[in-house]
Amino acid sequence: MSTASATASRKAMTYGDRPGMLASLGRDGLLQIILIANTIIMLAPIVIMVFSAFKTTPQIFQAPFSIPDFTQVGNFIKIWNETNFLRYLLNSFFVTGASMVLILTLGTMAAYAIGRYAFTGSSFILMFFLAGLTLPLKLAIIPLFMLMRDLGILNNQLSLIFVYTAMGLPTTVFIMTGFIRSLPNELEDAARMDGASEARIMWAIMLPLVRPAMVIAGIQNVVPIWNDFFFPLVFIQNDNLKTLPQGLTTFMGEYTTDWGVLFSGLTLSAAPIVIIYIVLSKQFIAGMTSGAVK
Amino acid sequence: MPKLRMTGRGLWITLLIVPPMAFVALFIVYPILLAFAYAFFDWQGLRRGDFVWLENFHTVLFVEPYRSWTLNAFKNNVIVFFALMVLQNGLGFLLAYALWREMPGARFHRIAVFLPVVLSTIIVAYLFKLFYHPLFGVINISLRSIGMGWLAQPWLGQGNTALWGLIAAQAWHMVGFPTLVFLAGMQRIPGEILDAVRMETESEWVKITKIVWPLVAPSATIVFTLLFVGAFNWFELPYIMAGLDGSPFGSTDVLGLYFYRTAFGNVSAGQQDFGLGSALAVLIFIFIAIFATTLTIRLRRREIQL
Repeated sequence: MSTASATASRKAMTYGDRPGMLASLGRDGLLQIILIANTIIMLAPIVIMVFSAFKTTPQIFQAPFSIPDFTQVGNFIKIWNETNFLRYLLNSFFVTGASMVLILTLGTMAAYAIGRYAFTGSSFILMFFLAGLTLPLKLAIIPLFMLMRDLGILNNQLSLIFVYTAMGLPTTVFIMTGFIRSLPNELEDAARMDGASEARIMWAIMLPLVRPAMVIAGIQNVVPIWNDFFFPLVFIQNDNLKTLPQGLTTFMGEYTTDWGVLFSGLTLSAAPIVIIYIVLSKQFIAGMTSGAVK
Repeated sequence: MPKLRMTGRGLWITLLIVPPMAFVALFIVYPILLAFAYAFFDWQGLRRGDFVWLENFHTVLFVEPYRSWTLNAFKNNVIVFFALMVLQNGLGFLLAYALWREMPGARFHRIAVFLPVVLSTIIVAYLFKLFYHPLFGVINISLRSIGMGWLAQPWLGQGNTALWGLIAAQAWHMVGFPTLVFLAGMQRIPGEILDAVRMETESEWVKITKIVWPLVAPSATIVFTLLFVGAFNWFELPYIMAGLDGSPFGSTDVLGLYFYRTAFGNVSAGQQDFGLGSALAVLIFIFIAIFATTLTIRLRRREIQL
């Protein structure tokens, strides 16, 4: 698609609208300036954040834009020694990891049943999952709080894992059902002729084929879960159980005047996802917009 | 699909479908239904009291000071929605159009515009809070250094700029999302249509308004609806940047903050009230449901099938 439109616009520039060559150059120039200006606005806050992470507080106040001495890592050492930062980071890894395993396992199970078998009520079940897609769950936080209390998992990371799993299932089932439906029947039928069980067909033959859809569904869910702040805010009080975004609020409250440490804390929190994004930007963009792009 | 041993097959399907459905039922459907029920009861702390019919709704809508709080928060949400419509979706469309031309560097610009989207709202909120700082924030330092110090002001500390400060931070955070959704929509426009247009007109304006805009209508439907739901659920960014009270003086109070404060209490007014909180949640929910559905239906109607 993108190559098609690229060729089209190249064609336009060479002969398509020759009389408008100058106009076209001016227009493209204007659009290019808009893009460059926007990219500067997008990157500047992040660059200032990273630069400031390597400066002392007075240096930040005097010269916020100057390039720092990157060997000066005092702020990071302070975070390592004095704060619970590493704990928050590990908690985030654990909660996100456990939720993703549950989402992908349960999501694939449901999508496989709906997409691969014709049975009464399958379209109703798909509708049931799709209904969960549009409901803003934040507004049900009071009953959720009471539910977690009754289950005895307030102040326990299971509460987060369960809510994230439930929230992730609708999109996952939606993406994966469409994909699983589009797979051809031949392999499956051949295996059935050979007497393979349904479970074996699913595990050995179909699942390896579903991996691309799992990646898309995985990325779409992993970013909001990793970044979530609202549910830990309500469910988790114990400092040792806090996830990274929530721990960040404790941390920012403790070091209000030490801006060097504040900026390095923000930089450290942003680092994991930014690095993965830069390496896998194509998959990230596809995954995160997949709900909105048909 | 072949008909196999019905019992075994039925059992297998049940095994696959029940656990995922149980999760959604227990942690999404049940709490949402319960939220409606809670709103009709009087609550003492975590204990449910008498059934009070519509009294909670009456209180938040018509009894002072709740009435003014509700109206003020709602008004701010409306401002946020329309401002982001321009700053986030409008700018997103323009950027998508520029990226679509595949000029040199387009790939880099695409990655850059989406980078803030992957960051946690909490990081974005703190970052901008530091930037807006009246004395040491990078914005006021820059203004002073280029001789425009008279423009420097306590951005988040005064009623007439605070909400706009938050809106700007939110737009920076999320503009990449509509940009790439619109871009995907534009890339689906068939080349033949574009070639035909090129024969007909030289005007870029005509091309955008008569061809590109109508043809990316499905993208617009989704982006507008998501922004609407997001704007009326707005919580994290104002919570970090302006605090639970929507300071200063409620100028940044939005329904999300107001609902949370009413339900769970805050430092200044320790009182927590699940009944009033649930009533607010139900009202916000109904408002979002009605308007989002209307919006989607109206926008769908102008979509063209290719």
